[in-house]
Amino acid sequence: MTGAMGARGVVFLGSPAFPDAARTALADDRLRANLRRATTTIRDKRLAATGELDDWEELRAAGEAIKRHTLRHLPYYLERLEESVTAAGGTVHWAADAAEANRIVTELIRATGATEILKIKSMATQEIGLNEALADAGVTACETDLAELIVQLGEDRPSHILVPAIHRNRGEIRDLFAAEMGHWGRPAPEGLTDEPAALAEAARLHLREKFLRAEVAVSGANFACADTGTVAVVESEGNGRMCLTLPETLITVMGIEKVLPAFTDLEVFLQLLPRSSTGERMNPYTSLWTGTTPGDGPSAFHLVLLDNGRTDTLADEVGRQALHCIRCSACLNVCPVYERTGGHAYGSVYPGPIGAVLTPQLVGVEHASSLPFASTLCGACYDACPVRINIPEVLTHLRAKAVEAKAGHRRLPTLEALAMKGATAVLVSPARLGLAQRAASLGGRLLSRRGRIGRLPGPFRGWSDTRDTPAPPAESFRAWWRANRAGGQR
Amino acid sequence: MRIALFITCFNDTLFPDTGRAVVTVLERLGHQVEFPEAQTCCGQMQFNTGYRPDAVPLVSGFARTFGGYDAVVTPSASCAGMVRDNHPVLAEQYGRRQLQQDVAELVPRVYEFTEFLTEVLKVEEVGAAFPRRVAYHPTCHSLRGLRLGDRPERLLRAVRGLELVELPRADSCCGFGGTFALKNADTSAAMLADKTAAITAVGAEVLCAADNSCLIHIGGGLSRQGSPVRTMHLAEILAATEGDRG
Repeated sequence: MTGAMGARGVVFLGSPAFPDAARTALADDRLRANLRRATTTIRDKRLAATGELDDWEELRAAGEAIKRHTLRHLPYYLERLEESVTAAGGTVHWAADAAEANRIVTELIRATGATEILKIKSMATQEIGLNEALADAGVTACETDLAELIVQLGEDRPSHILVPAIHRNRGEIRDLFAAEMGHWGRPAPEGLTDEPAALAEAARLHLREKFLRAEVAVSGANFACADTGTVAVVESEGNGRMCLTLPETLITVMGIEKVLPAFTDLEVFLQLLPRSSTGERMNPYTSLWTGTTPGDGPSAFHLVLLDNGRTDTLADEVGRQALHCIRCSACLNVCPVYERTGGHAYGSVYPGPIGAVLTPQLVGVEHASSLPFASTLCGACYDACPVRINIPEVLTHLRAKAVEAKAGHRRLPTLEALAMKGATAVLVSPARLGLAQRAASLGGRLLSRRGRIGRLPGPFRGWSDTRDTPAPPAESFRAWWRANRAGGQR
Repeated sequence: MRIALFITCFNDTLFPDTGRAVVTVLERLGHQVEFPEAQTCCGQMQFNTGYRPDAVPLVSGFARTFGGYDAVVTPSASCAGMVRDNHPVLAEQYGRRQLQQDVAELVPRVYEFTEFLTEVLKVEEVGAAFPRRVAYHPTCHSLRGLRLGDRPERLLRAVRGLELVELPRADSCCGFGGTFALKNADTSAAMLADKTAAITAVGAEVLCAADNSCLIHIGGGLSRQGSPVRTMHLAEILAATEGDRG
């Protein structure tokens, strides 16, 4: 099931905490094999595409600088954007949250009388749960991105930002197409095989019919230029281009952080995004449009600017860098945690490392408190990020906020909080540390056999399920030093 | 040069051999090492688990203990990284002006062991012999935290008799992550399984690293699987000579 959307739409209601969801995903051998194959392929392509540029680090620094500058002056650039889009024949709408954005889009579609609309792959519309809101209003939203189509036909959830159906293999996709396409429009051809070309052709025939009759399309946006009012969508299939050009009405839902000061800033981002995302020098389709043009493309263009938690995020000096994200998903592909668990374990529209820092900020850390802990802080995401978001820094920052939020809701401290306080009480004093070491050495020798401890109790059980622990030595370093080396030193 | 050893609470308690090895190597190179007994812990566990205020007394304790030394050397990339990256953050967030100044002055003089050897003492050959097939696991804090690059490998290649074998996907995290391994034990174990499989595949006799914390996790997995591969801190290999039983 697509599932009910939770706070501000970003998280899926009823999602288990990350460790529990991850356990389920880890038990799925086919999922792990799919993920490993897919992430390894994209990771290697990305390394080749970024490694061939001498100025890759300068490009990253430029991307970071432009984003930081824009966010610092966000109200100014958003107002410029509104002026430019309006001057070019478009209409700008402001949505404070998911409900308001859905209401605006639903009313715009109602006014056209359409009951079926096309969708271009878009994170923002997933974030607000637009398809579900439209369904409630009697409007069918048809996803046209191949992977999103697969997800929609399977009544599934996306598990990756760039390749939402990464958890599916081609056999599963064949079965889905054969069983479900007929319910949405043109059925899959008889005797469909799981050959990629045959699957793509089935999708092409199914979608072509929809492109030719659609009156309205809804898109997201990768970038919008404040100076010209130009909006950009970057994609690989050309299905987005169809949606952006064929219907009479185009509605674009865009997070407010996507604005760029100037058209010329695209120079930086159109290099950073494809190389980081698909590992390509240039993506196959880059669509740019500026308002409306008589006789060319949609005659009505609406731009819905979405806040939905972004200004709250902007208020956090450390956390705000998560708003730099250009949704390339490089961090997912290099993440050792994502590679094992896949995207569904994150319980959010935004999975992986960027999701672990973005989701808790958009919905409030108390609603996604396990996500900042779903990382080893290995730093691979920071190295891969084309706009240099220091994800480990934001993760530890959000961990502190999650701990604070939890403490604020309780009268008694958690066991973990007590353990941390206890550890510090011991560790502030070398004498107490020495005593604790003697106790650990004694206890360890009682628990161990042949120098190894097998099973440990309580919170350490998960650890000792797959690992032996060496028994603490008879003498700590400080005890050895005092006995053998100390003298004449402080 | 007054050199202080920061052993770290973890090594102090569980891996005293690593501390002895650091002392052995530095003395062999003609330097005196001091062990300020007031030292305890850098506060990494508290910081990374979200208990920042609990780490602050440890930050001031660290600054007090090591303030007078020319160099503070530690056989732990992750604790060196904690001091370098996060002590200034904690001092800024919770500390007084004096602590901020003390931390800012001290941080540039805190070195991870291999960094100290190669960058400060400018040595690669430390007079070690270790006739074994060794794989080196670049821990995340060595590789992406401190950016040690190939410094540890350069030290290992200079060890007499040592055969260095390359781990497949060496740069991938082993799955430890401190309290991550407790909170997300299943994911940690899945990452560990891939790491131990890589170690087994290259036929290493010994796996070494610049962090005993990652090694207790990897070594614990190897031991549970009945693997004959030993885990050793890199400093212990650099301390070994022909006379040792190995």
